[in-house]
Amino acid sequence: MSQTRKQLLVDPLIDNNPITLQVLGICSALAVTSSLNVAFVMSLAVIAVCGFSSLFISFLRHYIPNSIRIIVQMVIIASLVILVDQIIKAYAYEISKTLSVFVGLIITNCIVMGRAEAFAMKNRPFESFVDGVGNGLGYSLLLMSVGVIRELFGSGTLFGITIFDSVNNGGWYVPNGLLLLPPSAFFIIGFIIWGVRTWKKSQVEAREYKIQTLEEH
Amino acid sequence: MSLRNYFNSLEPHFEKGGKYEKYYPIFEMVETIFFTSNTVTKVAPHARSFVDMKRVMTYVVISTIPCILWALYNTGLQTNSALVALGVESQSGWRISFLTLTGLGINPDSLISNVFHGLLYFLPIYLTTLIAGGICEVTFATIRGHEVNEGFLVSSMLFALTLPASTPLWQVALGIAFGVVVGKEVFGGTGKNFLNPALTGRAFLYFAYPAYMSGDSIWTPVDGYSGATSLGIAAAEGYESLSNYGITWTDAFIGTIQGSLGETSTLACALGLVFLLLTKIANYRMVVGCLLGMIIFSSFLNWVGSDTNPMFSMPWYWHLVIGSYAFGLVFMVTEPVSGSHTNLGRYVYGALIGFMVVMIRVLNPAFPEGMMLAILFGNIFAPLIDHFVVMANIKRRIKLNA
Repeated sequence: MSQTRKQLLVDPLIDNNPITLQVLGICSALAVTSSLNVAFVMSLAVIAVCGFSSLFISFLRHYIPNSIRIIVQMVIIASLVILVDQIIKAYAYEISKTLSVFVGLIITNCIVMGRAEAFAMKNRPFESFVDGVGNGLGYSLLLMSVGVIRELFGSGTLFGITIFDSVNNGGWYVPNGLLLLPPSAFFIIGFIIWGVRTWKKSQVEAREYKIQTLEEH
Repeated sequence: MSLRNYFNSLEPHFEKGGKYEKYYPIFEMVETIFFTSNTVTKVAPHARSFVDMKRVMTYVVISTIPCILWALYNTGLQTNSALVALGVESQSGWRISFLTLTGLGINPDSLISNVFHGLLYFLPIYLTTLIAGGICEVTFATIRGHEVNEGFLVSSMLFALTLPASTPLWQVALGIAFGVVVGKEVFGGTGKNFLNPALTGRAFLYFAYPAYMSGDSIWTPVDGYSGATSLGIAAAEGYESLSNYGITWTDAFIGTIQGSLGETSTLACALGLVFLLLTKIANYRMVVGCLLGMIIFSSFLNWVGSDTNPMFSMPWYWHLVIGSYAFGLVFMVTEPVSGSHTNLGRYVYGALIGFMVVMIRVLNPAFPEGMMLAILFGNIFAPLIDHFVVMANIKRRIKLNA
């Protein structure tokens, strides 16, 4: 049993990553990754919400009527998100201002809903919790990777600590302004997916069509 | 030994089973520079034409020659004039030393001095483009096993011509690498790109390093010299005040104004356009559409008028000659791969770009120039336009036969 629990935790990191394989939760990955501090707090929030929502939904799974299950799941997720939001506002007010609506939008994050619907409704509480945390970690891993690239090359810092001295402060590094714009995360996530699928061939999807060439007729 | 025999003796090493099988694309690239490809279509339809991709691409490169020549002359002219105005003694650099040592001197009235000074700016940028982009191109060709294509020569030339002369070379390399990889290779190479690779690279630089790609001090590569582009002046004070800066319509048409390397001269672009239209490489429908879209929408804005935004009153013949409109129209809008493929669609595609250029130039305060963004916007909509044209045709045919 412990082996499967470990798998539940580790699988979503790379082999079944919610962002790179399932391509869920892209929105917030674009919005909150321009600085690592923000990405880190967001990661913690998602891990907490995803883990505990899976746990509570799994506790209640026999009592949730099938026809209104999405609503019940939403209520649980929303309550947790509000809780997390209040905690962030209380202890990390500056960061909460940067995160703005994106904490609230964890409610609509497909990863959380997806795990509740696909896993927690069918499995025991502890497994569900591990699965939720695992997926939260998978999301965080990607968020932090994108955050490192964007903050390091976009502003020359990591967690606000200067790594490359930028030209504005008399250094040598010319910050890449594109990386501070949300669309750059699209490119970076694309490149990461490309890299992961080159490494793990099993993640490559079958082609939808094949372009014919002269020789192959 | 003749060249053909030499290639024949090399070929077995590069074919399947040979020692350098992996590097076949590179062999093919060099071979087809000297000889036509002997790949023959074996299945129907047997369309016969002497215009192959190599010729198309080579013709586009030929059509940029007026722009290249003008880029050399004008870059030198602008730099020399600025140097003379500021005093040559206050400036230093290897280019100035070279020109002084060879006796060409810094003289804005001398054609040779201007061309050579321009060459010293253009060549490093172009060579960097070729090397950096070429490495990406050959790497992908080798791994993916497709041919290295002449399309790259076009992309690299156009990319180099769209840059300001003061662009740092590492940015040039980064830009073309992004353009080739993200604009073309990730979609499968030449012919499968839905964005113009040269413009993708240019847009990357524009958003990544705005301080080096826009503003007043970058267009003429002289320290301490500051001068807005004619579009910048027109946006700030209205096109009428261009004459206060000594810029007449003829100046803008011939291209003795500041701007990116090869984009200043509408005349040089027009010469390229004539060549492309005569050889039928460029489709006239896109050009007509783009001109009409720009003329109609800018005339409409002239008519609407505005008290606060001087760009509203800029007539179409000024839109035509300043900024990169002409260059984009001739070499980017007409690019067959990323544009629409149906005849009706080509008009719509062109008109959409013409409309967007004026829209961005006049109504968007953030960007003075809109050609690059307008063309990329058009590229994205091109397949959609084609879809509607094809669907409309299907509907019409069904009705006809019902």
